[in-house]
Amino acid sequence: MNLLTSMGALPLLGSLLIALLPAANSRLIKQTALAVSLIVAGVGISAAIAFDTGFKGFQYVEKYSWIPSLGINYQLGVDGISLILILLSVILVPIVIVAGWNESEGGRFSVKTFYILMLVLETMMIGVFAATDVFLFYVFFEAMLVPVYFLIGGYGTGARQAAAVKFLLYSLFGGLLMLASIIGIFVISGNQGGRSFDIEVLSNLTIDSTTQNFLFLGFFIAFAIKAPLWPMHTWLPDAAKSATPGTSVLLLGVLDKVGTFGMIRYCVELFPEASKTFTPLIITLSVISILYGAFLAIGQKDIKGLIAFTSISHFGFITMGIFAMTTQGNSGATLYMLNHGFSTAALFLTAGWMMSRRGSSTIAEFGGLQRVTPILAWSFFIAGMSSLALPGLSSFVSEFLVLVGTYTRYPIAAIIATLGIILAALYILIPVQKALHGPTTPGNENLPDLNKREIVAIAPVIAAIIALGFYPKPALDIINPAAAATIEKAGFSDPAPLVGGDK
Amino acid sequence: MTSSNLVYLIALPLLSAALLMLLGRKADKWGHIFATLISASTFVVGAMEFLAMRDRPEESRAVTQKLFTWISVGSFNVDAGLLLDQLSVAFVLLITGVGTLIHIYSIAYMSHDRDRRRFFAYLNFFIAAMLLLVLGDSYLNLYVGWEGVGLASYLLIGFWNQKPEYATAAKKAFVANRVGDFGLSIAVMIAFANFGAVSFHGIEEKVGGASETALTAMGLMLLLAATGKSAQFPLQAWLGDAMAGPTPVSALIHAATMVTAGVYLITRSNFIFDNAPNAQLAVVIIGTITLLFGAIIGTAKDDIKKALAASTMSQIGYMILATGFGPAGYAFAIMHLLTHGFFKAGMFLGAGSVMHGMNDEVNMRRYGGLAKFMPITAITFGLGYLAIIGVPPFAGFYSKDKIIETAFNAGGVQGVIFGSAALLGAVITAFYMTRVMLMTFAGNKRWADDAHPHESPFLMWAPMAILAVGSVASGYLLYSGKAIVNWLAPVVDKHHHEHEEFLQPIVVTSLAITAVVIGVGIALAKYRGELSATAPQDVSIFTRVARRDLLQDDANEFLFMRPGQKLTEVLVKTDDNVIDGTVRAVAASAVGSARGMRKLQTGYVRNYALLILLGALAALVTVLVVTL
Repeated sequence: MNLLTSMGALPLLGSLLIALLPAANSRLIKQTALAVSLIVAGVGISAAIAFDTGFKGFQYVEKYSWIPSLGINYQLGVDGISLILILLSVILVPIVIVAGWNESEGGRFSVKTFYILMLVLETMMIGVFAATDVFLFYVFFEAMLVPVYFLIGGYGTGARQAAAVKFLLYSLFGGLLMLASIIGIFVISGNQGGRSFDIEVLSNLTIDSTTQNFLFLGFFIAFAIKAPLWPMHTWLPDAAKSATPGTSVLLLGVLDKVGTFGMIRYCVELFPEASKTFTPLIITLSVISILYGAFLAIGQKDIKGLIAFTSISHFGFITMGIFAMTTQGNSGATLYMLNHGFSTAALFLTAGWMMSRRGSSTIAEFGGLQRVTPILAWSFFIAGMSSLALPGLSSFVSEFLVLVGTYTRYPIAAIIATLGIILAALYILIPVQKALHGPTTPGNENLPDLNKREIVAIAPVIAAIIALGFYPKPALDIINPAAAATIEKAGFSDPAPLVGGDK
Repeated sequence: MTSSNLVYLIALPLLSAALLMLLGRKADKWGHIFATLISASTFVVGAMEFLAMRDRPEESRAVTQKLFTWISVGSFNVDAGLLLDQLSVAFVLLITGVGTLIHIYSIAYMSHDRDRRRFFAYLNFFIAAMLLLVLGDSYLNLYVGWEGVGLASYLLIGFWNQKPEYATAAKKAFVANRVGDFGLSIAVMIAFANFGAVSFHGIEEKVGGASETALTAMGLMLLLAATGKSAQFPLQAWLGDAMAGPTPVSALIHAATMVTAGVYLITRSNFIFDNAPNAQLAVVIIGTITLLFGAIIGTAKDDIKKALAASTMSQIGYMILATGFGPAGYAFAIMHLLTHGFFKAGMFLGAGSVMHGMNDEVNMRRYGGLAKFMPITAITFGLGYLAIIGVPPFAGFYSKDKIIETAFNAGGVQGVIFGSAALLGAVITAFYMTRVMLMTFAGNKRWADDAHPHESPFLMWAPMAILAVGSVASGYLLYSGKAIVNWLAPVVDKHHHEHEEFLQPIVVTSLAITAVVIGVGIALAKYRGELSATAPQDVSIFTRVARRDLLQDDANEFLFMRPGQKLTEVLVKTDDNVIDGTVRAVAASAVGSARGMRKLQTGYVRNYALLILLGALAALVTVLVVTL
């Protein structure tokens, strides 16, 4: 059975089904979209359960010739890293649909279009992580811009058009550089025994170091924009401020991970030598991102902008973990991608509910919500604690793995990055104090607490944050073999303890 | 040896806290009783473990329990594992014992609060986290408890966070603690890089092979962690503000247990510090500075809780000082920690009792003559007072006396300096505590018009009475026959060091008692008799500086907060104007050139056809070049 193709095709078929439904019946459209996304989530979870954690390499492999003359295949497969990200995507989509049940209304386009876009996007997300052919990856990478562009520009708030265009141009610019590199490596493969876009083939090519450096940069810049890494980040706060909360969850929770995922799969695995060359630069940029994102988060007056900048800080940790080239760093970075997906989802959804109730996204407009809307306030608080990586919650495990994995190779970078945990306390506790504590701001006295639907949406996210904090083993079991394989392919091994390890 | 009971110590209070939070108002009627019973049951489990441990031979007293593999990546393996040994059992008894007494007290103290159930949920969450802190078998497990108690402390300081200044106090405590946590994080990283392990056992096994530089670095980072949690210089500024929390919290968390976690951390890490003399010296210096710093602040406070908080800072300074002397001092640090747990918790509950009877007034200038109206409170508080200033045979006498002695015995100039500082601290302690006693319970009535002081109900005074018994007897019990020293030796003094004596114990004791007499004498001279209901304003610069907490907040504001805010402002502007500005400029020039390109779009099909042809040719050439 072609599990990955089925999983990827399901949402697409769902979107076709929705296209056939009457536009007036928005309730039926929403229910259909939810049902489809739940089925996909079920398939994703069963794929994770059936995944063989003892096996290194790709599983659920599918391979069909697509454009034989250019050696392009329709080729799918997942290792632990891509599986975890697919899992995150398919879990978040139904949650986003339930959480933002009404956010599709009042946009420039119809409710129907919203859910068609959402499901098409889900197909793209699955495809981009499952592709093991660089050309196919590129197709998904670029195609997923389209639904996101319309989701931001069509349903967002404020300067949504401008933000959508900015997002698109940034991404297209990065995509163009990546395309150049893809053509480059394709040419080299043609010179070395047969044209191919198969990443397993490509990773075995011999490429001289200058060429490697150029090819690496093409990929890396595209991914660094996506991730985003300082100083290529300025599209993200604008996009996050303008998009609906649900779109922001998918944008920061999943789409940005394509960047960090690509760094592992394409930058490190295809160009190990160039990765080594650029590591000092990238580690530096990562540390800057961590601190810079944190300082800017502290300085934000808009809650959505704040969450966006916390993410820039967190992506700094992920990138640092990847380029630390240790198993702890790499596993930690991948686990971080999963955990960041959950904690950002929790933050954006709860902040979204606060905004829709108050009619403002300015932090100062809230105040005293703990008394008025306790369940909402607690959900936001737990999401915040996860974001500042409180031990016992999931982000702590990944953040600490990244730090300890970086320290063994780059102690100075790790120490400076650890300062981020102090800043994190500030960027979370300042909005917590302003929004939840203090006397209730006039006008907020009668805001309603979360309703049943909203509780149903947020509960699984919070449950995942707590469960993975205490027991991250199921996720680590999936990730570890793939992370170890990546480090091996990159030609590294973990530094041994300084004091004799034999005893 | 393994035990399967340890997990209950953490699971029971943790799950009960979760239950009380999830049930919400439905549990309002019985939540406090339930939480108290759970807390009492952890004490029972702890006491049973202690009795069983006492009956085992010395070498097999420690028990462990592995719950599951928590984190495992490559060679980084951390189990969720618990360790109950002679050191941690002392803490377990303190935490659950004092904790349960404070639960009982709070039933009455918080009876009028609409959120009493939530308060008890937080308390049990604290108990769970604190027990994890002392039971974790590795630095990473300890870390979970370490930040867990920080969170509990944050929630409880901000329990009445509708008041903005209380919410600010909570935030301040959390952030200061995070600075300390930075140290703990780095210490764990150093441990893993050097030993490939983060468990106490795994590190201790290999500690002999490590460089002194690494051990010193790790020691200093652990010390940084301890200064945050235990309110030691330079991270002490949060503790005074933390008095915003309900008074039972001040007694349990900010006096008896959580703030002493730094002492536990250093004692637990004895195998690091014993091999890093420079780090030990830093510990001693920090302890000395803080014991004087806190004592001086204590002399200037009119707020009874803040006076006691300053005293806590100072007393923990004594404990930290003792841990810096290595195997000679660990046991006395722990002994002072335990006696302090009794007398300081007792005094805080006493302060709460006074506030209870005085409409929540905390200003001692508005007290006076209360002994007559609150006899039980006055007596129990008085016993705590005798204990803390070190009057024999009360508890604090034994523990403090031993710390002063250890300081002198360090020998040489250092011994004289640190010993004298500890003695000076004893003088100041006697002074400020006598001041508190006199201002509160003696002298003229300076009450507000609506004050009707009365003794507190049984549920409140009973815990105070029990703690008062501890203030009287615990010192002698721990001291006699070197009970605590021998009990802890397998953990903190494995090689049975013989400790040299620089001064005869009797000399030190005489000096210490003299110090007490001097301190009490000065206070009596100054605060006996009529006092005014407002603080005098025509005071010296020294008094004013002490009232401002020796400028600790001013220093933090000048050194960190204002530069930090400035930096944030500048970065926000830079991000918008410079980084995004550059992007916008590039985009604008692209738009400009696009206008030029637009001229190509003539609308004539023949022109487009030409362009398509050129493009196709270019593509063809590319493909040819590629293939050839």
